[in-house]
Amino acid sequence: MPALEFEKPIVDLETRIDELKTYGSSSNVDMSEELALLEKRLERLRSETYEKLTRWQRVQLARAPGRPTAMDIIGRIFTDFQELHGDRAYGEDAAIVGGLARLEGQAVVLIGQQKGRDTKENIARNFGMAHPEGFRKAMRLMDMADKFGLPLITLVDTPGAYPGIAAEERGQAWLIAQSIQKMTRLRIPVISVIIGEGGSGGALAVAVGNRVLILENAVYSVISPESCAAIVWRDAKEAAKAAEALRLTARDLEQFGIVDEVIPEPKGGAHNDPVGSSEELKKALLHNLEQLRMLDKDALLDSRAERFRRLGVFEEI
Amino acid sequence: MTLERFFRRRPPQQKENTVNDDLPDLWSKCPKCNAQVYNKELEQNLRVCPKCGYHHRIPVKRRVEGLLDAGTFQVTSGRVKAKDPLEFVDTDTYVAKLERARKKTGRESAVYAGRGSLAGLPVVVCVMDFEFAGGSMGSTEGEEITRAIELATKEDRAMILVTASGGARMMEGALSLMQMAKTTFALEQLANKGLPYITVLADPTTGGVAASFAAIGDIVIGEPDALIGFAGQRVIEQTVRQSLPDGFQRSEFYEKKGFIDMVVDRRHHRETLANLIAALRNQPKPEVTALEIKVPEPPRTGIFGRRK
Repeated sequence: MPALEFEKPIVDLETRIDELKTYGSSSNVDMSEELALLEKRLERLRSETYEKLTRWQRVQLARAPGRPTAMDIIGRIFTDFQELHGDRAYGEDAAIVGGLARLEGQAVVLIGQQKGRDTKENIARNFGMAHPEGFRKAMRLMDMADKFGLPLITLVDTPGAYPGIAAEERGQAWLIAQSIQKMTRLRIPVISVIIGEGGSGGALAVAVGNRVLILENAVYSVISPESCAAIVWRDAKEAAKAAEALRLTARDLEQFGIVDEVIPEPKGGAHNDPVGSSEELKKALLHNLEQLRMLDKDALLDSRAERFRRLGVFEEI
Repeated sequence: MTLERFFRRRPPQQKENTVNDDLPDLWSKCPKCNAQVYNKELEQNLRVCPKCGYHHRIPVKRRVEGLLDAGTFQVTSGRVKAKDPLEFVDTDTYVAKLERARKKTGRESAVYAGRGSLAGLPVVVCVMDFEFAGGSMGSTEGEEITRAIELATKEDRAMILVTASGGARMMEGALSLMQMAKTTFALEQLANKGLPYITVLADPTTGGVAASFAAIGDIVIGEPDALIGFAGQRVIEQTVRQSLPDGFQRSEFYEKKGFIDMVVDRRHHRETLANLIAALRNQPKPEVTALEIKVPEPPRTGIFGRRK
């Protein structure tokens, strides 16, 4: 797994420990004391780094290569995933995947924004940036869930809706708006999970849930730190500053009520222990679904409306 | 380099010393056709150039005046004001930016709304003000729009929403984003009561505003030549690395692509909206006097019989 910039000191230390171990076992010299010291220092370095992550470092973790994508998570948490393709109007958009699956036996409809796991897949999936047909596909799957009374689970991970000529020509703004609108009408339990990057309108289009959960190192923002920096400091390299200003981490969002629950990740991020982090997510999905099961169709719709009605910070005059 | 140039603030242009300096501003120069236009005539034309039909930005109050029956408008917005939840600071504080916007407009947010009547039909009109922080949508704007929609729902009025906004307000982060969903939920209540919702997209309508309540009117009207779309043109150019075709993302473009019902000259909004609302509510055709346009309208030459 390629290390992120701020993880370099940790990786360096790990390498040195490994070297020492190899040397110790091959040369009969007892290095256990030195090793114990170094291991201790490594532990401290890890805690210091990962417990005090800056917002920009979180952004890097949210985008880290090897971080579990929607498909990875679907494979680990759900069974019998049957992917369904196409928007029944224009085409198939691989930036959004969806279909039927089972969660501990319960049938559900899944919608996931899918980034690639390598360059080739990233190109095929347009780096997880959907075109209008992707949102249209998501909408028809929402309709299907609604019709059959199945819970809908959406996994959000996108830099944003694709800002291209064709996307605009085919009404990107309209499709995002319609997808949001569709979600305000669903009479089923809807759980949205921000698993990596929640990029603006393209993320919200599939994130109007009764519950909005977020992985500890995921981010959700109105604009990417790079774009924000380009606008205010006229320099995308100021992204770290912008990330601080935007308050886009899981804990920030929890404070504002934008997300309901932060799902813990293993130290160093979900990619360091994909299995363990999936377990945590699965537990969260199950208990949230359990709670939503008590609500009837109207209550599901009304409580979702109330949840979003409260969002916003302002002052009465 | 290009990017840097784009964002560099231009120095304020020095006013040339002319003999007219001591006279009140009687004329304006149309940026499109360069014609000298009497300001009075421009105002009577709802700030549409009487020579070429160019739509200047129009102050929100003037727009409402031009739309509704005289003396019927009651303002309902202005009861909430913005806070600074993120304690956002870039080159300046958000608090200072808000203060400047308030001073400039005399209002607390980029939304001006209230109830009134249009050719006798009860309506709520909600207008976004580009002069207030580029019409951007923060928590306050989202709340004002939501309350306006709730008012229409409660009082059985048709809802008219005029948008002019660069999109969600960056300085309130994801809270701004949430306003897209909040307003949409309110529109569902309006729809459930069978009340008409008509949007008028003025220049510019982009980002989170275009991608939420602006796009989902029962009827979506574009002002001529208004810039509309999800992504900004600069972002698109940087993404696709090619220059954009002429007329891309304008009202006429989206009419042609099938996303806007019609492009309507601002001088015809009053009777157009009145007729549409009356028809949607299955009420008799309203008696509505159209704004008298004394000067010729722009030549209708485009493929839709409008503009090129």
